[in-house]
Amino acid sequence: MKILVAVKRLIDYNVKIRVKPDNTGVETANVKMSMNPFDEIAVEEAVSLKEAGTVDEIIAVSLGPKASQETIRTALAMGCDRGIHVETDDELQPLAVAKLLKGIIEKESPDLVILGKQAIDDDSNQTGQMLSALLGWSQGTFASELELADGTANVTREVDGGLETIKINMPCVITTDLRLNVPRYASLPNIMKAKKKQIDVMSPGDLGVDTTPRLQTLKVTEPPKREAGAVLESVAELVDKLKNEAKVI
Amino acid sequence: MSVLVLAEHNNQELKTATLNAVTAAAKLGDVCVLVAGKDCQGIAEAAAKISGVSKVLHADSDAYAHPLAENIAGLLVELSGDYTHLLAPATTSGKNIMPRVAALLDVAQISDISAIESEDTFVRPIYAGNALATVKSADVIKIITVRGTAFEAADAKGGSADIEAVNIEKDAGLSSFIGNELTQSERPELTSARIIISGGRGMQNGDNFKILEEVADKLGAAVGASRAAVDAGFVSNDYQVGQTGKVVAPDLYIAVGISGAIQHLAGMKDSKVIVAINKDAEAPIFQIADYGVVDDLFNAIPELSAELDKALS
Repeated sequence: MKILVAVKRLIDYNVKIRVKPDNTGVETANVKMSMNPFDEIAVEEAVSLKEAGTVDEIIAVSLGPKASQETIRTALAMGCDRGIHVETDDELQPLAVAKLLKGIIEKESPDLVILGKQAIDDDSNQTGQMLSALLGWSQGTFASELELADGTANVTREVDGGLETIKINMPCVITTDLRLNVPRYASLPNIMKAKKKQIDVMSPGDLGVDTTPRLQTLKVTEPPKREAGAVLESVAELVDKLKNEAKVI
Repeated sequence: MSVLVLAEHNNQELKTATLNAVTAAAKLGDVCVLVAGKDCQGIAEAAAKISGVSKVLHADSDAYAHPLAENIAGLLVELSGDYTHLLAPATTSGKNIMPRVAALLDVAQISDISAIESEDTFVRPIYAGNALATVKSADVIKIITVRGTAFEAADAKGGSADIEAVNIEKDAGLSSFIGNELTQSERPELTSARIIISGGRGMQNGDNFKILEEVADKLGAAVGASRAAVDAGFVSNDYQVGQTGKVVAPDLYIAVGISGAIQHLAGMKDSKVIVAINKDAEAPIFQIADYGVVDDLFNAIPELSAELDKALS
């Protein structure tokens, strides 16, 4: 079986982001970049399936500027076998990403595609569902457990009230939620080995995809700030304030 | 403008997130609600009573007994021709279905909108709510998920819309429902509760959440948790408030033993009144709290419980 995972390079989740003074976006210059945390979970899931013996090859794909190759290398160091980089400096929105991934999937014919449920920069939570739709496949989103059987997958999903289990046909697109697994750290020998693994580079044009954004970002602003309130002396004072000042109880 | 809102329900009960989506839809145009389910006439009737709804489409079929994305998306695509906007609540179900609809129609989806500027321009939080993007869509039909906490709930009563049966059965044959494990609780749901009391790593273990539950029951509150508490295994993931959990905005949010990591603040900072109880006076949660109490939670919570008895009697 062949698995394709997609990995996105974005601002590290520990960085406190800053909105640019001209309100055109968020400052990305000289900011620590990492792999999207949900994509790390996708890579981990693929690698553990391979270790369990059901998978022959894992391809890690990233779309974006040249530096995206660092993120592919991270995936290769975690255990993916080879990389594909679709290089572009243009803004890519989820529908364009889904179309580019579809182009690669048509060439590579994986049996399973695993993506993070959302990227923590634009928080869209769309690409997996869109890709599945474009391929006419089934989808198992927000997965916290994945069991593969003959031609089908049982996916336990994190839903608002708890957990839901569905059975879907393969090939399929899975998107990962936090509790699916705990991603490994790449070991130094594996990081060294990853440098020798192959990364093929192509352009959106090679895949025949028009990536023109459908949504125009007019401005990016900071949310209204909350001011710190009062530190109270006692719980009795707190209850009094909640009852008589804030009037919420 | 004509807007179709996908109702969220479990065939027995209309979920309140639908009411918030209706409010957003009413800002855009004439509101029609789609109730797709199985044996869900009661839901269609409830939807028809929502104030501001002019028509209810009722699709009843085995294919819609559970909201499988492949089937519901097919139905929405089939119905989309009559509408300028398709809306769903930004719940796990709405997020699962709507991008699929958008891709099938070859248009963008606009996720989790928190404000409407015009028929084609919307505000949505990015970077876990640490920035707000204003985006304009050039697509002929706008596919949108709505952040419930950003729009008041429409009145569930007062409407008298017509119900129209829709006989479109879209079974993609790709997926089936096996089962679910839903948290059983007498307390209100996190996303619709007026008061929430949440525990963090400071709770030390799952058993200690009992003291929060005791306070919650006195206040009619829901119980939540930070990701740290979920990761530590104190409570299950559906308690999680934060960037990767539920986004809430109750009238009163009481954070107990929660330090206030960015990821938690992203899920609750729009609450009207925030209370922080933490023994560490330097914890970042105090920077956004309206009222803070610096004390060991194992002293403060039993005391809070006793004080509430006095105040509420």
